[in-house]
Amino acid sequence: MNLFHILDPMFRWPLLTGVIFAALLPVLGMYLRLREEWLAALAFAQVAAAGSLGGAILGVPPQVGALACTCTAAAFKSWLARTGNNGYALLMITGWAAAILMLANVPIAEHLGHALFDGQLYFTGVSHLVFGAAFLLVVAAVLPWLSRKLLLERMFPDFFRATGMSAWKFHLIFDLLVAAGLALATASIGVMGAFGLVFVPSMIAYRLGPNWRGALWVATGISLLAYAAAFALAFAVDQPFGPVLVLVLAGLAAFGYLAPLVLWRRTPAAL
Amino acid sequence: MENGDCLLRVEDLSAGYARPVVGPISFSVDRGDVISVRGPNGSGKSTLLNALVGGAHIFSGAVHRRPGVRISHQQQAALQLDNVPLSGRELLALTGADARELPDWIAPLVGKRLDRLSGGQLQFMQVWACLKAPVDVVLLDEPTNNVDPQGVHHLQIQIGAMKPTHGILVISHDRAFLDSISTRSIDLDA
Repeated sequence: MNLFHILDPMFRWPLLTGVIFAALLPVLGMYLRLREEWLAALAFAQVAAAGSLGGAILGVPPQVGALACTCTAAAFKSWLARTGNNGYALLMITGWAAAILMLANVPIAEHLGHALFDGQLYFTGVSHLVFGAAFLLVVAAVLPWLSRKLLLERMFPDFFRATGMSAWKFHLIFDLLVAAGLALATASIGVMGAFGLVFVPSMIAYRLGPNWRGALWVATGISLLAYAAAFALAFAVDQPFGPVLVLVLAGLAAFGYLAPLVLWRRTPAAL
Repeated sequence: MENGDCLLRVEDLSAGYARPVVGPISFSVDRGDVISVRGPNGSGKSTLLNALVGGAHIFSGAVHRRPGVRISHQQQAALQLDNVPLSGRELLALTGADARELPDWIAPLVGKRLDRLSGGQLQFMQVWACLKAPVDVVLLDEPTNNVDPQGVHHLQIQIGAMKPTHGILVISHDRAFLDSISTRSIDLDA
């Protein structure tokens, strides 16, 4: 397939939609990893898939269904967090089971289901881009304000408490951001593609970043690089986008782990 | 709180977690105070500081904070970094501490990731972040742990310089350090 076809108007919207999520998800992943809650991202992605399918069956846009379900899950996340990773794991397998059952029994869900699990970014339309752009604006407005509070609460919990600020409010705002981001991204690039962009670039950036700000750039750069490579590769070999993206990310993760060992002879650290 | 220099007043405070660990105890923290909290292990020194900022349950009594008074609290436990790529400069910025005021021996390290620092350097950054935050009352829990004599000396100088404008409570097993900085002390029994 000719790669210049990527520039065809039909593929411009999917390309731009993916760029937005490839830039945003690793940033959210950095803060999820800070709070040791990356498993929550996978749980939210599975719930988003179930919500998308449920929305389609009920006749509402998939993004709306996904947003409703993941934001509801986020509202109960503080309760889930008390159970450690058990709560997230239960949410994840429940979301997966609900999605697969809808896929198997409701014909209208079948096409969308394959798009969600295969990560068929190429079939996304203008509505996905509009939702993504709106989310980009929300993150740009909220995260710079939220960042210092999340970092302060993580590094100096006693200092944070002494200021009299309520941590749960900031946690809830962040959880809703993550839930919304994963809901919209899952509807565009699929469950594992979205989770991969949350998980892998932040993992590499934690290892290679010179400081927090630098690590945010490293994570975003790796994510955009992986996205561009996967978009072109999946297009060229005519394969579903989601698995190709995940494989590219896995390759970068291996490189990110091995490169410091080879280049700077650093001792291995836990990934 | 009638005294203009009184920042914090503790009245018959009894505090702990599942059960009371410390108290009942009463004292006040005024501007110009450097109060050393002394006592054997298990006497509730850290619990007392936690109670002042809402980190321990108050069973009876009360902590009165003058309106607008800001408190920083350096916890005894070392920072849990877990590979978080945060630099010293970024750590200080979190609490509002000015990195430009760091002593010369550690200032060149302020741009490095915290997980690349030694235990003593990391502890000094942690203490400095709380000590130099824009607050009125500073609570320090074992600030000299792992810090070499040069660092301890700079903490003594800094606490002395801050004395006129702050109220400071310090817990330490380093008796010489406490004697050199404190204006009075609170003794807790086991």
